[in-house]
Amino acid sequence: MSPLLSGAIIATLACYTLAMALAGLRLLRGPSAQDRVLALDFLYVLGMLLVLVLGIRYNSQMYFEVALLIGLFGFLGSAALAKFLLRGEVIE
Amino acid sequence: MSAADLVISPLPLWAEALVGLLLLISGLLALISALGLHRLRSFFMRMHAPAITAALGVWAVAGASILYFSLRQGRLELQSWLIIILLAVTAPVTTVLLARAALFRQRTQEIASRASSKSSSGPGTI
Repeated sequence: MSPLLSGAIIATLACYTLAMALAGLRLLRGPSAQDRVLALDFLYVLGMLLVLVLGIRYNSQMYFEVALLIGLFGFLGSAALAKFLLRGEVIE
Repeated sequence: MSAADLVISPLPLWAEALVGLLLLISGLLALISALGLHRLRSFFMRMHAPAITAALGVWAVAGASILYFSLRQGRLELQSWLIIILLAVTAPVTTVLLARAALFRQRTQEIASRASSKSSSGPGTI
């Protein structure tokens, strides 16, 4: 891997980390519950992207499946949380 | 890691530059949407910001992954396409559910505050 690509990967990971820190700030501070759910939703998308970039970094296809699982379970989690905010219970 | 680097041959320069450019674009988009999530004023404004990453950022990373692994393996590797499809299906569902929940909560809060203000401050006070 050339220094060009590894430098770009490091810069991208730094951007993701900064974005995750900002989203974590919103998660901790967010005035209402839906703000926190939105920040959590954004955090899982960022975590999925982080894993995909790490897959390119370590030249391994295994990371792809991890990213797919994070995407699936993150969607389930935020849908359940939104349903909870709407109704007060997840399964009626 | 160093032994694996010796075995696999490096990609051509244009491919590495293209992959790096796509990754940098997605990183900047993630940063922009995080700034939006941090700075915008109301919840319904803030809902727009993460959609940038869920749409274009994921497209850029998946495109970089497809390009990198296709050139590395010497055949078309379209696995990352699944992630684009997954997010394109699930992100609007989450957004609609969250927006409905936020509208519902806002409305119930308004009704509750109106009732409490009506009961606490009598009809004579302004």
